[in-house]
Amino acid sequence: MDEDKGMFNVQQTIGTVLCCRCGIKMQPNAANMCVRCLRSEVDITEGLQKHVVISHCPECDCYLQPPKTWLKAQWESKELLTFCVKRLKNLNKVRLIHAEFVWTEPHSKRIKVRVTIQKEVLNGAVLEQAYVVEYVQQDHMCESCSRVAANPDQWVASVQLRQHVSHRRTFFYLEQLILKHDAAVKAIKIKQMDQGIDFFFGNRSHAVKFLEFLGSVVPTKSRDDKQLVSHDVKSSNYNYKYTFSVQISPVCREDLICLPQRLSSSLGNIGPLVVCTKVTNSIALLDPFTLRHCHLDSDQYWRHGFKSLLTSRQLVEYIVLDIEIPSPPMEAKIGGVRYLLADAQVARVSDFGRNDNIFFVRTHLGHLLNPGDHALGYDLYAANSNDSELEKYKNLVLPEVVLIKKSYEEARLRKRGKPRKYKLKHLEMEVDDRARVDEEKERSDYEQFQRDIEENPELRFNLSLYRNKEYQEESDAGSMADDAAAPLEELLADLVLLDESDEEEDEGMRE
Amino acid sequence: MATRLQFENNCEVGVFSKLTNAYCLVAIGGSESFYSIYEYELADVIPVVKTSIAGTRIIGRACAGNKNGLLVPHTTTDQELQHLRNSLPDSVVVQRIDERLNALGNHIACNDHVALAHTDLDRKTEELIADVLGVEVFRTTIAGNILVGTYCALSNRGGMVHPHTSIEELDELSTLLQVPLVAGTVNRGSDLIAAGMTVNDWTAFCGSDTTATELSVIENVFKLRKAQPSAIVDEMRKSLIDSYV
Repeated sequence: MDEDKGMFNVQQTIGTVLCCRCGIKMQPNAANMCVRCLRSEVDITEGLQKHVVISHCPECDCYLQPPKTWLKAQWESKELLTFCVKRLKNLNKVRLIHAEFVWTEPHSKRIKVRVTIQKEVLNGAVLEQAYVVEYVQQDHMCESCSRVAANPDQWVASVQLRQHVSHRRTFFYLEQLILKHDAAVKAIKIKQMDQGIDFFFGNRSHAVKFLEFLGSVVPTKSRDDKQLVSHDVKSSNYNYKYTFSVQISPVCREDLICLPQRLSSSLGNIGPLVVCTKVTNSIALLDPFTLRHCHLDSDQYWRHGFKSLLTSRQLVEYIVLDIEIPSPPMEAKIGGVRYLLADAQVARVSDFGRNDNIFFVRTHLGHLLNPGDHALGYDLYAANSNDSELEKYKNLVLPEVVLIKKSYEEARLRKRGKPRKYKLKHLEMEVDDRARVDEEKERSDYEQFQRDIEENPELRFNLSLYRNKEYQEESDAGSMADDAAAPLEELLADLVLLDESDEEEDEGMRE
Repeated sequence: MATRLQFENNCEVGVFSKLTNAYCLVAIGGSESFYSIYEYELADVIPVVKTSIAGTRIIGRACAGNKNGLLVPHTTTDQELQHLRNSLPDSVVVQRIDERLNALGNHIACNDHVALAHTDLDRKTEELIADVLGVEVFRTTIAGNILVGTYCALSNRGGMVHPHTSIEELDELSTLLQVPLVAGTVNRGSDLIAAGMTVNDWTAFCGSDTTATELSVIENVFKLRKAQPSAIVDEMRKSLIDSYV
């Protein structure tokens, strides 16, 4: 600036003076003492804490910040450093420049932090000094750990999930959904019961959150109750145990349902026999003969509370002898799936070749079936149904067969025993000893569930599939009906979406 | 020889006393110890006068003088002036000057030949200084400070200035003053040189906080080791800058 005005500035070289104490040459500073003399004279760490006691919970690796907060921090992490510096009193009188850990043996229960501070001394000279603070780590269990240790089964809220059907397919599907959305991370314990699962939580709000998640994926009806455990008279604190009882609708996919008269007429006279195509938080029903569909909300369903006429256990295998598509083809696209009405000639596999029982039926699977295919359907001809709703219909003519889906049994025979391309994760569940669990039945149910997800891409949408390392490509795999199995592309696509750190998955991705 | 002392537990002896080659002024303290030390050193040679200026004890900073004369501020009372005139030798001219900046000791640093003055002093004051003290007056600053009287202690043999003075400035001042100069501190690192010590050609008095290092620097630059109180000889000296190994 001065140069601009044309002023001539003499260059100033600072001379050296002698330090007033030790006499060494130094640059003049505000105190006119060399740094060593200044440091020996003035100790800016005077009055600061050098020794602090902190409480540490060995169970959950948390540190106590009084009065009540427990901070989770790893050994020698940034959070621990921040916590240690915060615990130093009087540090606001000096300026903190730097803090770092000094290595100590982890089992010594000592943490050492080197703190560098700056403070003004004498006449304006700012002195910087580093000193070491020692923290003694005392072990003290935090309240939550001590509560858990005292009574490991202590829960505050429980969600009892039940579905009164004879199979567990819904629970397998739910298990995968829960894993994908991490809905049960906060559960203390999960117990498998007869016809259901119990979830135990430490907090009522966790249970409520889980309940809401369930309500969004399956049609449910719930009620809640509470039980008084203890109460403090003086402070009027009441401790309760909350129980949420959740019932899932017994209607499942591929079930055949006979709608009650009132419901049928309110839905626009949809044929009393309907097939359930999809169950999410609402039930999708399809009339297989007219291709009319409707959705039933959770509330709507529970107002009527009807049960299925026939469930998928009662599916019988048929051979399709002939398919005829009527000339104006009646097709519909419902929920992303194409259906085509067709007339079919079918015979039961058990009858095939033995006698001449042939049935002429109308089916909605015209787009899938070709002569010679196998299909699964309900045998109403031979069924003896004990349904009050059905009896209420006076002039109902029951069809003999209702075809539900195509069967891939032959293709599956080839693959039997070989590992699948994908894997599924499992929830950790305790199995109640008192529940009568049939191992064989459960295994076949699970197999059926896996087949279901292989065949239905829409079902797979919500789940996470992991690549199976043990699977090897077979040479004749290409000859298999490709739409029957979950294609590799879809598996990989699933893998990319996930950010779970599954070791095998990572290796799979690297491959 | 340099002596360390205190005025009523305060180390700023240059505030409470004024030492020249012809006389010495000291402030009136509660105890006689301050006066007695000066008397012990100087009584045989020069008169030691107890006085006050403008009723205050900060006489070192209020007045400026050398062997030829003494300048006192306009706030000095008549009695004080008379007392000074009586006590001091006849060769010393005591003059009261009318200057707005009346802490003359802070604005003027002088020895028997040359004086440094505050840049804002009146022209008349400057002339008076030249007349009364018989010196050549230079208006200057020291290390950016305008109070030259505080930051410079001067005798006929050497001088000490503010520790932050740059080498170029030391060169320049030394040329002006024709004496060797050193940048140093007194009273344990204090940069108020003239307030912390007072000096003449053969002796110096410093505050008791002065460290041995500072004392040795003072003794070296003012050449006090072998000095005897003898008649001061007018000499032209070459300008030197001492550097201490």
